[in-house]
Amino acid sequence: MKKYLSFFRMRFIHGLQYRSAALAGVITQFTWGFMEILLFRAFYEADPSAFPMEFSALSCYIWLQQAFLALYMTWFWEEDIFRSIRDGSICYELCRPLNLYNLWFTRTIAIRLSKAVLRCMPILLVTAFFPKPYGMSLPPTPVAAGCFLVSMILGTCLVASFNMIIYIVSFFTISDTGIRMVASNLSEFLCGAVIPLPFLPDRWLSVIQFLPFASMNNAPFRIYSGDIHGSELIMVIGLQLFWLIVFLVIGKAMMHRALKQVVVQGG
Amino acid sequence: MIQVEHLCKTFRVARRNAGFYSAIQSLWNRQYDQIPALNDISFSIADGEMVGYIGPNGAGKSSTIKILSGILTPDSGTCQINGRTPWKERKAYVKEIGVVFGQRSQLWWDVPVIDSFELLRDIYSVPAVNYHHMLEELVSLLNLEQIIKTPTRQLSLGQRMRCEIAAALLHEPKILFLDEPTIGLDAVSKLAVRSFIRKFNQSHQTTVILTTHDMQDIEALTNRILLIGKGRILMDGTLDTMKQMVPDTDASLDEIVAKLYQTYHI
Amino acid sequence: MKLYFHYFTIHLKTIMQYKASFFLSTIGQFLVSFNVFLGVYFMLERFHQVKGFTYSQCLLCFSTVLLSFSLAECFFRGFDSFSFLIQKGEFDQILVRPRSLILQILGSRMEFSRIGRMIQAIVIFGYAIPTSGVIWNLSKIFTLIFMIIGGVITFASLFLLYASLCFFTVESLEFMNIFTDGAREYGKYPIGIYGKTVLRICTYIVPFALFQYYPFLYLIGQIQKPIFMILPLLSCCFFLPCFLLWRFGVRRYQSTGS
Repeated sequence: MKKYLSFFRMRFIHGLQYRSAALAGVITQFTWGFMEILLFRAFYEADPSAFPMEFSALSCYIWLQQAFLALYMTWFWEEDIFRSIRDGSICYELCRPLNLYNLWFTRTIAIRLSKAVLRCMPILLVTAFFPKPYGMSLPPTPVAAGCFLVSMILGTCLVASFNMIIYIVSFFTISDTGIRMVASNLSEFLCGAVIPLPFLPDRWLSVIQFLPFASMNNAPFRIYSGDIHGSELIMVIGLQLFWLIVFLVIGKAMMHRALKQVVVQGG
Repeated sequence: MIQVEHLCKTFRVARRNAGFYSAIQSLWNRQYDQIPALNDISFSIADGEMVGYIGPNGAGKSSTIKILSGILTPDSGTCQINGRTPWKERKAYVKEIGVVFGQRSQLWWDVPVIDSFELLRDIYSVPAVNYHHMLEELVSLLNLEQIIKTPTRQLSLGQRMRCEIAAALLHEPKILFLDEPTIGLDAVSKLAVRSFIRKFNQSHQTTVILTTHDMQDIEALTNRILLIGKGRILMDGTLDTMKQMVPDTDASLDEIVAKLYQTYHI
Repeated sequence: MKLYFHYFTIHLKTIMQYKASFFLSTIGQFLVSFNVFLGVYFMLERFHQVKGFTYSQCLLCFSTVLLSFSLAECFFRGFDSFSFLIQKGEFDQILVRPRSLILQILGSRMEFSRIGRMIQAIVIFGYAIPTSGVIWNLSKIFTLIFMIIGGVITFASLFLLYASLCFFTVESLEFMNIFTDGAREYGKYPIGIYGKTVLRICTYIVPFALFQYYPFLYLIGQIQKPIFMILPLLSCCFFLPCFLLWRFGVRRYQSTGS
């Protein structure tokens, strides 16, 4: 465990070095957030009754999305990992007394976390002072706050375990471009990064909300603002946990097979 | 005819301390370090001459080459090459020179070499007759028949360098700048490149200016050596002049150069 | 022009070497903007209109921006990836050749996989042009063509601006994405819906509205004055300051060499 921790620390600190990139990122995220809010305001004015959630809840959703983009962007891949699989330099990693799955998982989380830490604070702080209903507000209840934290952690782990599956799939394919592309785009839409899931038609939502992608950022962001509450809360978190376990099991099993194959083929 | 007089160039490098605040601070309040790269450089090179330009890393070799090829503007000093000032009439001037940067490629990575050549023909607007003439000559001298249809990425370093040199000569430049043309090549390729440069210089009277760290390149190709250190010309003479400067007669060329660097503290 | 065509064929030949990867990235480009399209589709299915603009009208806007952005990205990619050109020293090689710098940089990179987006833009045009309620006549057709030209030039100017900034710093230039990617992303709706402030910025600072919003109002008949037809051509003036900065940058590069 200790070796993974020190690996985590190394990656995390490495990620913190890119301060100027983070500054540019914060500015970009602010602009994106503003534009999203203006956009949804226009739609709200078009027909308030068709709005599926409170506007303030939507604002929270948007600002959380911008602040924690680095944690939940499903389209972010580590080029290094794909390359090491492609050109076979993965052999070096295999020589070390480490579990490759855990190593990459740690690495994925560390990079995402280091990016998010630098970017989230200024966004959350500043938007808290925005006039209602356009800014961040506090969660309505302490329960929501607690569940939000739990759900955030589960969501982040779920994104990482989803990344892992795609990394491992590329062991079995010749070119990783295709699989990456489909995975990125499909997950981006289904996790609610393009438009928040409640804005989809009900019959679509009734299916999509049970997919693993809905358990990524959709769950914590809506829990925060109280859009998901009561008994639904337990179901949503339970679903997150379920998908996380499923993805971890699938990922580990696939890694096991993939490594066997690598060893058999001689790298 | 290349005539360089009192060339000076100082680089201003922004000094910045690490850290976020100093990064922001430096946006409006910058401190600069002055790094002199060239300090009163003068020399002249006649048409058809082959000159070796040597000196340790960071001595100002590539700054000189960049100024001579019109990439960089000096702070002061004049430079007349065939009656033109390189950095003033870029387009007209660069038609007459060919440049090979040993560490970089000017060929398109994914297409056959011949396609790159044809593109260069259009870039330099070489008339069709001259182009075919030149191509024929270069192909036979550099032994390119077999490789000219191969994409650049599949060539070995030696093959690629032969193509790079051919690419720089397609428009029959009067002056050829070679920046470390033999870097990383195996013995066979080095010999091939050297013998080609010698032959081409003799048959076309092309002026060749060569920077290198490989003293055998110098020995094989040039009579005249310019030694530069700390931005100054320290020696302008032949290989023999250089040998005489170091009393030890048994010393190899590399040792002589190393000693010279030591005496000049460069 | 002949030379540019030659660059063009070289890039085509390169693609032929990597057919599969070209094909895949084309589909990738298609999928990325397809997600954006889905967003527009579902939002307007729920709300039916936004600030009085219908679904088809929004799509008209969306495809204009998408087409001009992907055309600009396809042919002006050299500026968009200029930092690589400088870092790899390719810019030095460009300087030692007797042709215009801009032409050579345009020729150095072309991104044909953007065809994935163009196809999508054209398909959406195919749907939106008949259904948007525009009464098409010669002047409207010209307006649309001007809009696309104005868009390409504006985006190209932004890429040029980005490239010019590379002469001064390579850090933090990601913020330029606000204008390029941001305009592509949020240009999917008529700019007016974002409110007055955004509209003003997009009129007076970066002229997105000049090719996207005002001529669009003329197109759908909300404004009758034919002067709005040629506003996109006015947006081309944005090229001038960018070009001057570029000239300044080149001169600075030649005097600092970094």
